[in-house]
Amino acid sequence: MQLLYYWKVTMLKILKYSFYDLARSRWSYIYFSFYLILALVLLFLNNDLSKAVITLMNVIVILVPLIGTIFGVMYYYNSREFTELLLAQPIKRNSIFLGQYLGIALSLSLSLLFGVGIPFVIYGLFDSAAIWDFSLLLLTGAFLTFIFVALAFTISLNNENRIKGFGYAVLLWLFMAVIYDGIFLMSLVIFEEYPLDKLSLLGTMLNPIDLSRILILLKLDISALLGYTGAVFKQFFGTHLGYLASTVVLCLWTVIPIFRILHKANNKDF
Amino acid sequence: MIEVVGLHKQFNKNVVLSDLHLNITEPGIFAILGPNGSGKTTLIKSILRMVIPDKGDIRVLGKDVKKTSDYRKQIDYLPQIANFPSNLKVRELIRMIKDLRGKTEKEARLIEQFALQPYLDIKLGNLSGGTKQKVNILLTFMFDSPIMILDEPTAGLDPLAMIQLKELILEEKQKGKTILITSHIMSFVEEMTDEIVFLLEGNIRFKGDIQTLKTDTKQSDLEHAIAILLESNHA
Repeated sequence: MQLLYYWKVTMLKILKYSFYDLARSRWSYIYFSFYLILALVLLFLNNDLSKAVITLMNVIVILVPLIGTIFGVMYYYNSREFTELLLAQPIKRNSIFLGQYLGIALSLSLSLLFGVGIPFVIYGLFDSAAIWDFSLLLLTGAFLTFIFVALAFTISLNNENRIKGFGYAVLLWLFMAVIYDGIFLMSLVIFEEYPLDKLSLLGTMLNPIDLSRILILLKLDISALLGYTGAVFKQFFGTHLGYLASTVVLCLWTVIPIFRILHKANNKDF
Repeated sequence: MIEVVGLHKQFNKNVVLSDLHLNITEPGIFAILGPNGSGKTTLIKSILRMVIPDKGDIRVLGKDVKKTSDYRKQIDYLPQIANFPSNLKVRELIRMIKDLRGKTEKEARLIEQFALQPYLDIKLGNLSGGTKQKVNILLTFMFDSPIMILDEPTAGLDPLAMIQLKELILEEKQKGKTILITSHIMSFVEEMTDEIVFLLEGNIRFKGDIQTLKTDTKQSDLEHAIAILLESNHA
């Protein structure tokens, strides 16, 4: 128990300092202002909270993973020597890497929360019916941040060469955000004679970006736009079981890379 | 104090350390020397468990380094390249390391000694290489651990800071500490160290004091004695 307590304290210390470091970085503010401006422009153009939420979703679902990936890789490689300094201190490796990971993921999530949140609150979010849709949007945004920062950390831990690490990370994002959908649609067209409901459900579940998009679309109740497949999705995701399953899948997408990080970090030479 | 038994480490197919035994029992200054790629840094990093050996055991003050991270409280380590988080100020970095390692009052004296006062509120990313190395030295010397490991401590220092560093190291030696140093500057080694551990191709080629090395190789200065060691290996 004592040991666990000690471990938690040092991890929180690392988290605190990584967070301070990032909270002062120019990039955090650029990221924050980007979302601030985006939300303001969307609200100005749409004049309607629910519509702004939909447009915002399309941007968030693609952009949050990209930023998470790039930030994660950049932070890891930039702080390598500093990590070495920490490794020489009487601290467990797990607490160093977990602390740094949480530091980035939290500061990015907060940039998103405040960047998008402030304009919407000013615009009267709390009096609007869109508040739940909006909360779900931010929640999945946070999930995507945690998932993609963890994946980026895993990739950079496995690649000494930063150009390679960067390349793989961007490729991963490209695959999840664009190529996966392409393959998915192609296979739906090619195998259209077969019943594909189950398969398309599974395909959606396996990609966190697609899963987030579908979750929000269904919550916004515009699944009619999705046609027949939409109806199948509604049947599944609309239920409590569907929500539960999606949450579990998103959690798995977060937790498995974190375990990979810890495993790799414990066996790596610095 | 430091006991290394049968240490073996290879990176992919490149064997860096093979069956290395080293036992340091008494206090004093030990220089770890050797050509580039002879495994100096790998040895140091294995002691700190930043590198994980393939085979062998390391004990520091009787504690197995595999089992605990706590033994590192007994080691002050000066890394070779000092690259700190660029958005932290010097003052905050000092506070942070103190936060992680424990209380100390010694930093005030060191700040004064290295004239770091004007840099305390400057972000680490904006410091020059030499000033960063001074901060690095400060972080290492502000604690009072029985073992010190200094990896190329003289890098980037101006002559004045160099003199101060030497004084600091000797002062720590007076306290009865065990100090391991790697350096490429032979005059520095000759002036400072009691004993030499010479690594070659992953193993210890020579261990003993400078005088013995000189008489063994029939040379009057250290630089040539080391050269003889290297040549005899090629022959």
